[in-house]
Amino acid sequence: MSLDRSDVERIAHLARLAMNENEAPEYTESLNSILTLIDQLQATSTDGVEPLAHPMDAVQRLRADEVSELNQRDALQACAPAVENGLFLVPKVIE
Amino acid sequence: MFNLTLSELSNALSRGEFSSLELTQAFLDRIKRLDTQYNSFITLSEEHALQQAKAADTLRATGQATALTGLPIAHKDLFCTQGIRTSCGSKMLDNFISPYNATLVERLNLAGMVTLGKTNMDEFAMGSSNESSYYGPVKNPWDLDRVPGGSSGGSAAAVAARLVPAATGSDTGGSIRQPAALCGITGLKPTYGRISRYGMVAYASSFDQAGPMTRTAEDAALLLQVMAGEDPLDSTCATQAVPNFSASLNDSLLGLRIGLPKEYFAEGTDPVILERVREAIAEFEKLGATVKEISLPKTQLSIPAYYILAPAEASSNLSRFDGVRYGHRCDSPKDLEDLYKRTRAEGFGAEVKRRIMVGTYALSEGFYDAYYRKAQQIRRMIQQDFIQALSEVDVIMAPVTPCSAFRLGEKNSDPVSMYMEDIFTLSLNLAGLPGMSIPCGFADNLPVGLQIIGNYFDEAKLLNVAHQYQQVTNWHQQSPANLSEG
Amino acid sequence: MEWEVVIGLEIHAQLATNTKIFSGASTAFGAEPNTQACAVDLALPGTLPVFNENALRMAVMFGLAVNSEIGKRSVFDRKNYFYPDLPKGYQTTQLAEPIVGPGYVDIETDDGDTRRVRIHHAHLEEDAGKSLHEDFHGMSGIDLNRAGTPLVEIVSEPDMRSSKEAAAYARKIHAIITTLGICDGNMAEGSMRCDCNVSIRPKGQATLGTRTELKNINSFRFIERAINTEVARQIDLIEDGGRVIQETRLYDPDKNETRSMRSKEEANDYRYFPCPDLLPVIIDDAYIDAIRAELPELPDARRARFIEQYGLSDYDAGVLSSDRAQADYFETVAELTKNAKLSANWITGELARLLNQADMTVKQSPVSADQLAGLINRIQDNTITGKIAKNVFELLWNEGGSADEIIAAKGLKQVNDTGAIEAAIDQVIAQCTTQVEQYIAAEPDKRGKMLGFFMGQVMKLTQGKANPGQVQGVLKQKLDQRC
Repeated sequence: MSLDRSDVERIAHLARLAMNENEAPEYTESLNSILTLIDQLQATSTDGVEPLAHPMDAVQRLRADEVSELNQRDALQACAPAVENGLFLVPKVIE
Repeated sequence: MFNLTLSELSNALSRGEFSSLELTQAFLDRIKRLDTQYNSFITLSEEHALQQAKAADTLRATGQATALTGLPIAHKDLFCTQGIRTSCGSKMLDNFISPYNATLVERLNLAGMVTLGKTNMDEFAMGSSNESSYYGPVKNPWDLDRVPGGSSGGSAAAVAARLVPAATGSDTGGSIRQPAALCGITGLKPTYGRISRYGMVAYASSFDQAGPMTRTAEDAALLLQVMAGEDPLDSTCATQAVPNFSASLNDSLLGLRIGLPKEYFAEGTDPVILERVREAIAEFEKLGATVKEISLPKTQLSIPAYYILAPAEASSNLSRFDGVRYGHRCDSPKDLEDLYKRTRAEGFGAEVKRRIMVGTYALSEGFYDAYYRKAQQIRRMIQQDFIQALSEVDVIMAPVTPCSAFRLGEKNSDPVSMYMEDIFTLSLNLAGLPGMSIPCGFADNLPVGLQIIGNYFDEAKLLNVAHQYQQVTNWHQQSPANLSEG
Repeated sequence: MEWEVVIGLEIHAQLATNTKIFSGASTAFGAEPNTQACAVDLALPGTLPVFNENALRMAVMFGLAVNSEIGKRSVFDRKNYFYPDLPKGYQTTQLAEPIVGPGYVDIETDDGDTRRVRIHHAHLEEDAGKSLHEDFHGMSGIDLNRAGTPLVEIVSEPDMRSSKEAAAYARKIHAIITTLGICDGNMAEGSMRCDCNVSIRPKGQATLGTRTELKNINSFRFIERAINTEVARQIDLIEDGGRVIQETRLYDPDKNETRSMRSKEEANDYRYFPCPDLLPVIIDDAYIDAIRAELPELPDARRARFIEQYGLSDYDAGVLSSDRAQADYFETVAELTKNAKLSANWITGELARLLNQADMTVKQSPVSADQLAGLINRIQDNTITGKIAKNVFELLWNEGGSADEIIAAKGLKQVNDTGAIEAAIDQVIAQCTTQVEQYIAAEPDKRGKMLGFFMGQVMKLTQGKANPGQVQGVLKQKLDQRC
């Protein structure tokens, strides 16, 4: 499986990464070399093997439904790039 | 005092040889004087450290000190520290000051430890050489032209250069063990889930595990004791009881069964490294251990499986860096898409972007089964190999890396050759097992690490084995010859 | 051509927990922006989710109420996409292993039949925040208070064949979740949201037509209107030789039209995978049985019981059982008055009328069940007439107190004194000579109807206080004597 430039551009778009003219060929090349590496998996038969999602053989813990987090808006917004009236500002959202 | 270990410094503090404030000031001065050549720190938290040191001295004066009270430590810059920048080695978080402490930082603070600063690292912990940091590469104290390993390269170099007696690290594919090996220090990656991940900026959630980086196994035991244990804030943190790690350090190794996986001693590894590892194993035989060859047949598959699963998780984990709530934001975005794309393109470095793209691709429609699901199946097979092997032996021993510290820039242009660095370490992260790296000699004047792998939640055994070796050898006491002061 | 409409619904119900599904921040509605968004909700670096036990319990309650198989193992997945109201860049949801498996509910159609609507599954997920579009110098403002509020998404099979059935299904789900107390069911505030998948096909065709998904429907009435509008659009489109495109369409209730949501048109690739920050949720039979044992009586069972126990009509029983508070209210009144039919009439009549006018629910009613029962009892013992009772009810609503206090204070007690009633009747007969003559002249079987006029006059004269039964008897007697 080998990616061409349009594949790489589609992936970059899905990942919301801008890519300029010079970068596209570089990323195409390095992604292809990584794909060659990971394609080694295909040679191994995994029929009937249960996928392992997590190394922890444990079950989800449950949290009591009690309010533990009080308003800390000022502290939490101290690093925000753009805030007004307690709202995070972003370019206009069009629905 | 710079050559003393944590436990030696602890004793000196309790004997009153110096105060924590004096100790802290001395280390801070030393960092300011020497770190220009290593670049192992991103942020020095001087004021904060001096306050903590004063508080520690007060605790000691009132008889409330623990073994760690007043001792300096540095945190890898992916552990959130309230009021101190947490950058993850990335431009993305260059301006990020966490409003909260990571659980392990909180625990070490409560034990009275003094945070000197935040150590350099590969950006978002993605790398094996520390060259992907936005803050520049770290230099290996044993040879300034060489890499310290990564991603916890700053922590490893700082401990090796005696800029701090201990540091925290994180290990997703070898990021504690490999730099520990390349810098000649002791590094422990505990069992997955042993230490809370809350407040550790995620790279790959089902792989990431924090651990101590120290000069000795004895010190690692002291730190692990405080770092380990259940955390209600982390669903994936283990509820297993935490034993007293120091108590079993001196247990006899008589009858210890060591397995040597033949795949880890095959061609492709520097023969000098294999020789050092074999010499170390001979020491263990002298201590009463028995050795047998074992097989971990899926070893070669650990790299492709890892480089599907870890980037897949990363691609999702790093989606939160979007320029909306914190972190870097591009100038005057013209619309939402522009905000996302330029913010992320500017904020992330090349290796991070590569892994995000690989992960995005592996999860995308039509490829999930061929890549992600297949890799999860291989992950199960690798885990089964280890479970089988560890039913026959107590610990597995192997090299940590196929070669010693390489030159800066040597593997930088070829990501795949960099990935091969982790061939001996990342299968443990796939399986979730604990592993340790301890110094076992030199190859061409560069440190060599011995890897000790144990069963789930059997860190006490690893620490015991490592400590016994450090009682009969002095590799861990060697320091780089170029250190200008002792 | 005759078209068949095919509808499936996706209903999102916000669970009435105290805290978020994965954090300890409050879920209370209406707080200042971002004051209920903690570090986890903001997706600060290093933060991790921990699952709310109450969200799990409520989802299981729902599953049991809709006859579903409960997932003893359920798994959270990540649905990846970028949007400013989605702080992590993924929504934590359940795809392959949801908490609630296949089930069904029965709805009553207009012709009195029941139709079974199958539920494909229901899963737990987190709500997103809100984008506010007031103009902030050309920017949008993001409020993440709602981010992380637990939702159960209930996905039906495409089993509905008309907009009425769709609304009836939505009402049934509403009745179930409010009866269970797991959701407040407030569609205007978005606690319950309904997306409708609508397609049409020639009657008799087995394969489904291309569907569109209608969003932004915030009342039962709009469910019907939005579907009718969309069905008409699809029929016009196809009959004009066009094709329906699979897309998301926004319903505009002001214009009563649906329009394409261009921002969602782009083909999405959500890259689902199991969330590595959460472990499988495992529950056992004991857990499920304990919840089953505590389930309240469900709307269908209560409706059947209302018909059986109280002799209510299908209609009254259906209305009263659709809301737990209303059903409880009814049962309290019926208990205190021993007259279920009259109680039902008052609740579905006067009470419902005033509640509607005031845009209130039964829970907010200023007239309690005790107060209403007190009023009904005075009707039953002939203390007041039904007409006066309506006035007393309005006074109860506006001024409070008890029916007895109001009756005494305002002198509304019914007149049962035969002498007084006869006097009033005599006066009316004396005054209305023309009508009396007409009465006498009429055919005997027409006279009954004409009695109403004299009744009205007598009631007017007695200010509505005369016992209507008595008036009728005496009036008829006196008039007939003249014939």
